[in-house]
Amino acid sequence: MDIPRHWRLNKQRYALTGEVCPHCNAKIFPPRDVCPECGDEAKTEFEFSGKGEIYSFTDIYNAPEGFEETIPYTVALVKLDEGPLVTAQLTDIGDQNVEIGMPVEMITRKIRSDGDERGLLVYGYKFRPLVTA
Amino acid sequence: MENKIKAKMMKPSRPVGIIGYGAYVPRYRLPASEVSRIWRGGLQLEPIQEKSVPGIDEDVVTMSVEASRNALMRADIDSQEIRAVWVGSESHPYAVKPSSTIVAEALGITPYTQAADFEFACKAGSEAIVAAMALVGSKMGNYALAVGMDTAQGKPGDALEYTAAAGGAAFIIGPANESLAEIEGVLSYVTDTPDFWRRENQKYPEHGGRFTGQPAYFKHIVNSVTGLLAELETTPEDYDFVVFHQPNTKFPKRVAKDLGFSASQFKTGLLSPRIGNTYAGSSLIGLTAVLDQAKSGNRILMASFGSGAGSDAISFKVTDQILERRSKALTTEDYLNRRTQIDYAEYVRMRGKITLK
Repeated sequence: MDIPRHWRLNKQRYALTGEVCPHCNAKIFPPRDVCPECGDEAKTEFEFSGKGEIYSFTDIYNAPEGFEETIPYTVALVKLDEGPLVTAQLTDIGDQNVEIGMPVEMITRKIRSDGDERGLLVYGYKFRPLVTA
Repeated sequence: MENKIKAKMMKPSRPVGIIGYGAYVPRYRLPASEVSRIWRGGLQLEPIQEKSVPGIDEDVVTMSVEASRNALMRADIDSQEIRAVWVGSESHPYAVKPSSTIVAEALGITPYTQAADFEFACKAGSEAIVAAMALVGSKMGNYALAVGMDTAQGKPGDALEYTAAAGGAAFIIGPANESLAEIEGVLSYVTDTPDFWRRENQKYPEHGGRFTGQPAYFKHIVNSVTGLLAELETTPEDYDFVVFHQPNTKFPKRVAKDLGFSASQFKTGLLSPRIGNTYAGSSLIGLTAVLDQAKSGNRILMASFGSGAGSDAISFKVTDQILERRSKALTTEDYLNRRTQIDYAEYVRMRGKITLK
């Protein structure tokens, strides 16, 4: 049971809340309180738009513990519009082909159950092909 | 007894309305012919064309989050101003632990808010709307979020498996002068009628077959609607759109006819042929499809139905803010068009009916 660990990450996992550096304006995800660009303190919260594109991806057939029930699935490096690269699962691909450069958007989904069916449900960000009007 | 009390319609002293709305329908569709193929040799008459099926990583929480984000985009308010998050469903992922706190956290509404889950079979969503009307109408808060969402359960091979679907809608209720649709009044009709239920720890619901019709669905909707129209002194002709709870295609069409509404009034909000019965989300998502089309000045009547049993009839009048607001998020039709057909095997896996241990 990792209740405190999951709970501490709620904000960044549910809503892609990171930080913006007050010194050089770099957008930071995941939040780390120190700007990776200029090294100054950066604690100002910033909510990312959730829009980005696929930088690279791979298909997973042998899943780590806790993810066995959803194989096969695709994990991607997503380049967010605001700059940072985020590793996340892709979902709702349907019959679309995943390609580098494909526009995607963040959604909140069930990531896994912590332990068996009695455990905490862990929710967090995944990305799907951008749905357009 | 019943006629002694004259005013049965409810309306808060401060006028309220919908200031933001949002729909959600999962991507996957199971044709009814697939259920018939597996369980009836393809010979069953199908109550709908196809139903929506949630992906393996979706539940009432994730779907409510997306619908609520759409509602918030249309409302265009700071989420910290919302004072209540009420999620109505009969498929909350936890037996104990609110779905609503997760939705509130994901939307940045926490911590100064009410949060609770509602349950009244398919009426839980409209019940949440009425509660939100009361909170805003009494000036306890300026905004409240009400959601009706389900990933409905149907026993494999049962009549309900053809229609038990996933989807729903979220509404942010606020002061009428900020609204895209003002609420003219609500009338609820509730009795103890056991037409459908699911006991604690049971996976699938039981239902009374034909008993779900006349004494349940039809009686409650007819009474809520006729009562509301009488007190508002309106007639069916005064409405541009009407939306009923839609467990299949037949029931809403018949109750519309019985009440004197025509196809031109109900067709826009009748989504069950394409997505099935989304339970607590059913009449609510029909309303979002109507709001996507409605013009300023249009009148809309919505009547929910929940087994057990009850119906909330709500009358809306669309304001001139509709045009600007509705373009701020995906429409219900956008979600309906995002469609991937699946077969029964994929359906069984997505719905967790295959156990790996």
